[in-house]
Amino acid sequence: MSDFLLELRCEEIPARMQADARGELEKLFRQHMGDAGVALGEVAVWSTPRRLALVAKGLPERTEAVSEESKGPPEGAPDQAIEGFCRKAGVTRDQLEVRDVKGRATYFAVRNIPGRTVKDLLAEAIPAMVRAFSWPKSMRWGTASMSTESLRWVRPLSGIVAILGEDLVECEVGGIASGYVTKGHRFHGAKPEHDVTGTGFTETAVPHHPGDITIGGAHDYVEKLRACHVIVDHTEREHIVRTKAKAVAHDAGLVLVEDEGLVIENAGLTEWPVPLLGNFDPDFLEVPPEVIQLTARTNQKYFICRDKHGKLANAFVCTANIVALDGGTAIVDGNRKVLAARLSDARFFWDVDRKKPLAEHARKLANIVFHEKLGTVSDKVERVAKLAEWLASEGIVPNCDPALARQAAELCKADLVTEMVGEFPELQGLMGGYYARAEGLPDAVADAIRDHYKPVGQGDDVPTAPVTVAVSLADKLDTLRSFFSIDEKPTGSKDPFALRRAALGIIRLVTENKLRMSIGEGDLLHFFADRLKVQQKEAGVRHDLIDAVFALGGEDDLVRLLARVHALQAFVGTEDGANLLAGYKRAANILKKEEWLGVEGEIARTGEEDPLAMVDDPDLAPVIAAKMAQAHEKELSYTLEPAEKALIDALATAEPKAASAIAAEDFAGAMAALASLRAPIDAFFDEVTVNDSNPDKRAARLDLLAQFRAAVHKVADFSRIEG
Amino acid sequence: MCLQDMILALHAFWGEQGCVILQPYDMRMGAGTFHPATTLRALGPEPWNAAFVQPCRRPTDGRYGENPNRLQHYYQYQVILKPSPENIQELYLKSLEVIGIDPLKHDIRFVEDDWESPTLGAWGLGWEVWCDGMEVTQFTYFQQMGGFDCKPVAGELTYGLERLAMYIQGKDNVYDLAYNNHGVTYGQVFLENEKQMSKWNFEVADTEALFDLFRKAVAECRNCLANDVPIAAYEQAIEASHVFNLLQARGVISVQERASYMGQVRDLARGSCEAYMAKEKDRWAAEFDGWTA
Repeated sequence: MSDFLLELRCEEIPARMQADARGELEKLFRQHMGDAGVALGEVAVWSTPRRLALVAKGLPERTEAVSEESKGPPEGAPDQAIEGFCRKAGVTRDQLEVRDVKGRATYFAVRNIPGRTVKDLLAEAIPAMVRAFSWPKSMRWGTASMSTESLRWVRPLSGIVAILGEDLVECEVGGIASGYVTKGHRFHGAKPEHDVTGTGFTETAVPHHPGDITIGGAHDYVEKLRACHVIVDHTEREHIVRTKAKAVAHDAGLVLVEDEGLVIENAGLTEWPVPLLGNFDPDFLEVPPEVIQLTARTNQKYFICRDKHGKLANAFVCTANIVALDGGTAIVDGNRKVLAARLSDARFFWDVDRKKPLAEHARKLANIVFHEKLGTVSDKVERVAKLAEWLASEGIVPNCDPALARQAAELCKADLVTEMVGEFPELQGLMGGYYARAEGLPDAVADAIRDHYKPVGQGDDVPTAPVTVAVSLADKLDTLRSFFSIDEKPTGSKDPFALRRAALGIIRLVTENKLRMSIGEGDLLHFFADRLKVQQKEAGVRHDLIDAVFALGGEDDLVRLLARVHALQAFVGTEDGANLLAGYKRAANILKKEEWLGVEGEIARTGEEDPLAMVDDPDLAPVIAAKMAQAHEKELSYTLEPAEKALIDALATAEPKAASAIAAEDFAGAMAALASLRAPIDAFFDEVTVNDSNPDKRAARLDLLAQFRAAVHKVADFSRIEG
Repeated sequence: MCLQDMILALHAFWGEQGCVILQPYDMRMGAGTFHPATTLRALGPEPWNAAFVQPCRRPTDGRYGENPNRLQHYYQYQVILKPSPENIQELYLKSLEVIGIDPLKHDIRFVEDDWESPTLGAWGLGWEVWCDGMEVTQFTYFQQMGGFDCKPVAGELTYGLERLAMYIQGKDNVYDLAYNNHGVTYGQVFLENEKQMSKWNFEVADTEALFDLFRKAVAECRNCLANDVPIAAYEQAIEASHVFNLLQARGVISVQERASYMGQVRDLARGSCEAYMAKEKDRWAAEFDGWTA
């Protein structure tokens, strides 16, 4: 048993790719070992910007001998087929065996693969793994790139360390031969005066070039690298960034704004992370804090800090890759200057943008095409303004001043043409809000401009302020209706105009603010139904129940629809509900088997609730008349059994109760009315024979079941409910 | 170290490494990459190592001399090494040392930054090199140029000279930089230039004349291509590209038209590269065993 070490060293790997690269390395290694039948114990993978490393503990010396068997064509098959099989299986024709398979003589290829040393196996596997490695983007380099067939890697690959136990696994790929030597930190070297961290490495321990290290094997890899200022385990570097960044802020009496994304990124950019605190000119704090945070984070990968009162402090934490000779003074000062330059740009934009009111900025929107078939952004803004005003004046968004809704909508896209949003597109909306407030517009208008893109994702807050709701809803409704009107609907994975997100936003705005309105019709309504199912799934609402209510048809009021769905879900969760559903299914199955529509069934099928409404229809009138007469006749033809009578009576009470509860949108009441049918339907099935030999009895009882089914359908289409 | 000594130190260093030290190309352009010594020489199999300063003009970056960091005219120091040598990163880091950046005092980092120029039909992978958080160099391994695979790949280093100088000299304002060691500042050399050129770029330049220049450059480029002088054609592509940038600064190209202008420039640049390849490829194939276009 030996431990195996593999290190693939290259020029700086982008931080964002390292996690996937570790996964890829482990996957490929397990694949190769698995194919050769090598059982693996513990496998660790690490990354730094300059290396990927893998340590596999306890590999055997040899692989087991394996016999690989494959079944080929039957005897007498065309020569071509047999030869093709031989090629594939890697055997010659005279090596084939013939065996009996269900009475047929069939060729078999048997390859006895002898056991081999794991070292040889690794020597073959490593080049194959390197060649098969998948990077999001890869490149060619150097002299070999004279051909486009040369090795590709994320950045030039420069070294391979492959040691099994203490033996070199000799291999070569793309002109790079494996060896014992790797490099330490790019800058921290062997000179004792550079040992400012006191890790105690000496010139003799690291004999040659600063950073050249000879590795003995998996056992000394991590510590030898550490002595040369490389912490190879990324989780350890992440821990250092996480805790030290916090500590340097704390030491300055500040609180670090934690940011796990930055932790991982900084750990991916360093081999020896050293968080350092710096300050910037407090005058920059007049710029909105979001701008400062974004500048620091995206451009510079700095953490920001707050003071004890929670306000943004004029401090940042950068992560250096070195313990500098001067303790980091020059590094902090350099970083401070870079941030200052970036912040002065931001302040310049902030000042310039505020010289003009938003209304003036908005004029430039006439030059920006929204979509070639849908006009300019100005055109869109005007549509949104009209719609927002209407939503307010119609009272659909309650307590909303139509004039404010219009004003906010007219200005909501103006910040798109400001300098600041040009530089930081992710600040759209937010900057508009700041600029609106700076020019003294009402808070309701500024808030609406700021928040009208919300909700952006499933987890985002939904606006509740009336003017914001009106603008946000109008913006999304316009987007959706406009693109549907030119037949630009999302298909499959393609949704270039983010219409699914817009629909989701509308659903959340409408349902969480309980806005009563028709959200659409036709294709658009179906689109909403699909989005609603996806969205409600996360809230634990069953999609089949949504279907059961949508299947009733004509429901375009999401608030009412969801209320009904919620009541339904609560109901089917009760014992009464589950039993009623079972009773319904039994009734529906019988009716289906008997192909019985019945009076009520016929009516239900035509989608009309009031039979009298159809009497005017020349085609249906005779059908209705005949069915009604038939039903009337049957009532008199025999004596009802008690359970039959009980069901008829229960239906007579429950039906109008359910109907009036639905009319009053008291869906729980409607479910309660249905619940009252549970005992009678159970008793009916227990005590009454539907398929009576008397055809009158049979017909009347089937009609009764049809009536029961129809009563249930007034609440929801139970046939859509699963389970 | 003053700005001119930095340039001299870099020239000496890269000259030692076997680079041809070229002088700036005598045309207006937005980046050193446009220099034919980079763009055209990145094509084909012939080894090519060159270093040069290229003045860059980016009209929309003008700030009338009022911004301490932004300029409409500045210098790039450009190095092109083809094929990219194995120790290119080490060479680069040594070049920082010759201009006074001690990597044991400063935090030098290679941060992912891939490069793409749709105009040149070119892309590459690489980094922006940070010195204490400041981007001082763009480091790119060219993978394609003019729509052709680079065979072999060239390494390109683009140093932002003013930024580096500000860093080395500890100045917060570009105009305070020491240009030489005899008291001449960058501001004395360039401040008035920035003021006047910003005004010209944004306010004065005759847009009709610029539109005319653009059309003429397009026509001349086609004329050159038709007569098989791809280097001359490429010069016209450079010209068209810069005139387009000026028109942008004057704000007379609408968002809708922008794509069309860029498309025209791209066609000229690609057409020139294609013609350059076509003219040379037989010779290259004969001289370099196994090489194909």
